[in-house]
Amino acid sequence: MEAYLVAMAIITAIYVLLALGLNLQYGLTGLTNFGHVGFFCIGAYTAALMGQIGIPWPISFLAGAALAALAAWPLGLVSLKLRDDYFAIVSLGFSEIVRIVVTSEQWLTKGVQGITGIPKLLGFLGTGLTQSLAVLALLIAVNVLAGLANRRIVRSPFGRMIEAIRDNEEAVKALGKDPAGFKIQVLMLGAALAGVAGGFYAHYIGYIVPEQFIPLITFYVWMAIIIGGVGRISGAFAGTLILMIFLEGSRFLRGVIPFVSEVEMASIRLGIIGLALVLFTLYRPQGLMGDYTKR
Amino acid sequence: MILTIEGLTKVYGALRVVDDVSFTVPSGDIVGVIGPNGAGKSTLFSLVTGFLDAAKGQVNLDRKPIGSLSPVERARSGMVRTFQVPREFSHLTVWQNLMAATPKQSGESLTNLFFRPGRIREEEDMNSQKVDAMLDFLRLSHVAHTPAGRLSGGQKKLVELGRALMTGARLILLDEPFAGVNPVLIEEIAERIRELNAQGIGFLIIEHDLGALTRLVSTLHVMDRGRLIASGVPAEVLANKQVREAYLGGTS
Repeated sequence: MEAYLVAMAIITAIYVLLALGLNLQYGLTGLTNFGHVGFFCIGAYTAALMGQIGIPWPISFLAGAALAALAAWPLGLVSLKLRDDYFAIVSLGFSEIVRIVVTSEQWLTKGVQGITGIPKLLGFLGTGLTQSLAVLALLIAVNVLAGLANRRIVRSPFGRMIEAIRDNEEAVKALGKDPAGFKIQVLMLGAALAGVAGGFYAHYIGYIVPEQFIPLITFYVWMAIIIGGVGRISGAFAGTLILMIFLEGSRFLRGVIPFVSEVEMASIRLGIIGLALVLFTLYRPQGLMGDYTKR
Repeated sequence: MILTIEGLTKVYGALRVVDDVSFTVPSGDIVGVIGPNGAGKSTLFSLVTGFLDAAKGQVNLDRKPIGSLSPVERARSGMVRTFQVPREFSHLTVWQNLMAATPKQSGESLTNLFFRPGRIREEEDMNSQKVDAMLDFLRLSHVAHTPAGRLSGGQKKLVELGRALMTGARLILLDEPFAGVNPVLIEEIAERIRELNAQGIGFLIIEHDLGALTRLVSTLHVMDRGRLIASGVPAEVLANKQVREAYLGGTS
């Protein structure tokens, strides 16, 4: 049971990193990034490939973050020319392209077979609970750092400007401020966070295949920030936690509800999350951590 | 800051929304543009500020052509517009709205954010004083920390004016500053415009509603169906027969 809880906590902490990145992009800047999993994927494959040839994780994680950010740059340029809804489609397409590239470039990524035997993080601690707890502690430290960095950004003139861009981009231009640079920086920053999350994921799971990087992951992250409260740093943490409790908790429903197969249960779980999302947007659109005085 | 518009034209299909419009806003003057709904006034603003591309014609600022500049560049050169439907940053407080408009902030760079926090704090303190003074001038101090989205229509127009002023603009283009604003606040806004004008800031004002505007401007231009049909001193223009017919429905 402890091992299971620690495992869940680790996955949750990885998703928090993804949520912090998306919150920066959508919650604060209004960029409808539907391709977040693409950055996650780039980070995971970079860390996995570099880890296999013995490059220490801090370096491979930074490389993964850098590559993810680099991939976000052209996407940022595209976003300047497009309306929100079109950017959503383009970014979704981007993440699917990333997945197809890692599926096809077999010389590098082994295609659908994926990369196996990715070394465990902090492997000198063995493979038991101690190692898992140490990884969790590391992840929590990274989360706290990322959260603090996010907070500094939000409370700065930079943060004020990206929120202004989210509220009304035309008005920002009318005041002589160019939204372009801000949007590209935010997209790259969020991508870098997703890249780091990918590194942790690859090393924790130990193997990666393209099938792990489907758009559903992006939408899980969206659900997390909507539940937690769009634009709220604390919302990224709370929303991810709630989402994971939903996702995992509904697993146990199978023991309670008879005559339901595993496959049916998977659909029911998604249904439950969908219902929760609908209820949230209806009754608490500002999310769990949103301003309680509004609406 | 002198604004000169020459032969400005905008065409949508067969419709000439702005048709060969020319006039000048002399330095430090208050000029008004009136006309019925759909006369092309707001389109004219968008052409002048670069939010729309003109089919023909020229816009000069201090005798330099600015037709190839982006809206951002035009605003930076000292000509700032507001919008007919206020575009406040609704989730930001009134104070934050004005702070955001302050030009050249080093805190807008991510590297400075993490490596030069001291300098940013100093700048913020300095800018904050300017914003407080501006809010005081605009009589908005009591709502300084209210999200701008919750203000009344008239207050939002004042926030937009405040933002434009914070950029240090020398020429401000106001798009219907009095529309939907209660009469008391209209006089307030008009009074602020007079005070600012006394400090040398020029205004080009679009209005649908004539009352407050005619008492404010030195020159009035009348637009109808994209064309300029009359220009001159307000009293003269309003007495013009063509204007009365087109705009005031002068059947009486």
